[in-house]
Amino acid sequence: MTIIEEQTHSKFEYDGAYIGQYGGQFVPQILVPALEQLEQAFEQAIDDRGFLDELNKLLNDYAGRPTPLTECQTFGRNENCRIFLKREDLLHGGAHKTNQVLAQALLAKRMGKGRIIAETGAGQHGVATALACALLGLKATIYMGKKDCDRQSPNVFRMRLMGAEVIPVDNGSASLKDAINEALRDWAANYDDTHYLLGTAAGPHPFPKMVKRFQQVIGEEAKQQVLQQTGQLPDAVIACVGGGSNAIGIFTDFIPDEDVRLIGVEPAGHGLDSDAHGATLLRGTEGIIHGARTHTLQTEEGQIIESHSVSAGLDYPAVGPEHVHLMTSGRAEYVGITDDEALQAFQELSHAEGIIPALESSHALAYAKKLSQQVTEETVLLVNLSGRGDKDLSHVMSILESNQKESSNAL
Amino acid sequence: MRYSKMFQQVRNEGHLAYIPFVVIGDPNEELSLEIIDQLVTNGADGLELGLAFSDPVADGPVIQQSILRPLANQFSVSSGLRLVAKVREKYPQLPIGLLIYANLVFAQGIKSFFNQCCNAGIDSILIADCPVKESKLFAGAAEESGIDLVFIAPPDANDETLQQIANTSKGYTYVLSRKGITGTEVAASKASTEFLGKLRNFGSPPLVQGFGISKPQHVFDAAKAGVDGIITGSAIVNLINRHYNTPQIMLEHIGDYVRTIAQAAHTNHAQSA
Repeated sequence: MTIIEEQTHSKFEYDGAYIGQYGGQFVPQILVPALEQLEQAFEQAIDDRGFLDELNKLLNDYAGRPTPLTECQTFGRNENCRIFLKREDLLHGGAHKTNQVLAQALLAKRMGKGRIIAETGAGQHGVATALACALLGLKATIYMGKKDCDRQSPNVFRMRLMGAEVIPVDNGSASLKDAINEALRDWAANYDDTHYLLGTAAGPHPFPKMVKRFQQVIGEEAKQQVLQQTGQLPDAVIACVGGGSNAIGIFTDFIPDEDVRLIGVEPAGHGLDSDAHGATLLRGTEGIIHGARTHTLQTEEGQIIESHSVSAGLDYPAVGPEHVHLMTSGRAEYVGITDDEALQAFQELSHAEGIIPALESSHALAYAKKLSQQVTEETVLLVNLSGRGDKDLSHVMSILESNQKESSNAL
Repeated sequence: MRYSKMFQQVRNEGHLAYIPFVVIGDPNEELSLEIIDQLVTNGADGLELGLAFSDPVADGPVIQQSILRPLANQFSVSSGLRLVAKVREKYPQLPIGLLIYANLVFAQGIKSFFNQCCNAGIDSILIADCPVKESKLFAGAAEESGIDLVFIAPPDANDETLQQIANTSKGYTYVLSRKGITGTEVAASKASTEFLGKLRNFGSPPLVQGFGISKPQHVFDAAKAGVDGIITGSAIVNLINRHYNTPQIMLEHIGDYVRTIAQAAHTNHAQSA
């Protein structure tokens, strides 16, 4: 019995750089020493009481942990279903990103590296990196696709306000994946004094493992809070998946609880069967991208295809390797939510609960709502509200306005 | 076989091997073949050919342009290999290496990809984002197809890694004298004799230096440090980027440049040392 339990457990542990057959370190040889140094520093730090105390102090006193768990009063609520929101939107910086950014910034200091580089898509990870660097006295350089800089100009201003240098990346598709490419190129030349603070649970080892470790606080807190408020474990845990950091953060503590369904929600864009989505797990195929063996959107010959999502934070053509493992092993399920469904949930939660969710998190909310209408027995759903929607206001406003115009034209 | 023959011949004369790099299919199929003719007729001892990939993380801005141009023209991997086969037909003795990113090898099935390369007459493959510690994924298929897998030795690698690189790399070892990505913005520094000596002691195949080599002086420095050959990439690709709209001028510039570097490489360095 014990042996079986051990085996089930270890299936979801890293074996070196790999989880299952996914992960690895597919980077230019020149970067291997930097990754090995980081891995060593990370493994030492998480065994070091001093490091963990310092991190926890920052998480509590600066970032505002623990974040609350809020039960929805009307959103998705019916006689059979209760929905609980893990409020990462209330974390300083406005999203779960701050958890692991503070941890990596402390690690950088520990390694004696005074310069931080990071990529950002929508700008949330860039903002989190900028604030952590301002706080800890590190120099920050943020790579951001030129297109994203234009789409998310308030976040560019936020980063610069906090002292970060923002470099627009104009090559390739001028979006997130190209920002990652550019950060990797910078790192290859400057790893002696520079730490690459990757923003999600993707990329080469040890990033997926490390980001998971520093985000799993979300699930640890949520588990206790759900138990406290309902006296039971949730029936399902639901989170959106772009690179996969907020999802792995809330899933991890529930992985051994096999009765708890883990549901990752991918951006289905214009539809899973259209050519405009970011559903890497559901519609992508196995490949090697950004340092890891994982799933990616690609042509038959292996050229990476641009993804699409209404939410910039989910607009990424690859995904963290651990999610591929969770999917292929059957432990987690992955579903798609379209742009329109997410926009609907964005408005509904705002209206029903007075909480404006990030467009990313709106994908998870939309699926929770769907599920709540299907359940026939008493059900508790836990949703990771990974970020707040302030950053999306002008984007959503312009979409709603143009939809309105279209429908009035149709009349 | 082609590599060892070529290196032997070059060594006998006290020369360095000159292996220029270009991206196959850039700026288009026809001109790409003409560019390669310029490289060979002006003194290349071997070729290093890049295959266009959407996310070239190891390349600087100059080579990125050259890699993305064929992609914008819908140039496929299979047309790339077809083009290499034409080069092979024309130059049966010339060592031809492919420089490529891991996903292109992986996507269609590793075995099948190596077989296609073998049929195209390719001698070696360097996977830019595959360090030696991940080599086992590709090693079996490479060996079966008889293609040499080339690995990169960075200047600050520890002895254990250098040993592994020396033992795993086949055909030649691609040595760097500086960090970073491809490009002439940061020139190569002279490789340390100690570093090269270690690789040789560990049993490495011939040492070929790349990244930041663009001028004859870099070639003389490399010879003094003790390498067996040199690769220039960005300097040639820069000429393509600048002049691809005026093909005759582009070809003349490339010919002139390659002749200059080849002259430096084909000096009797043993005598001058």
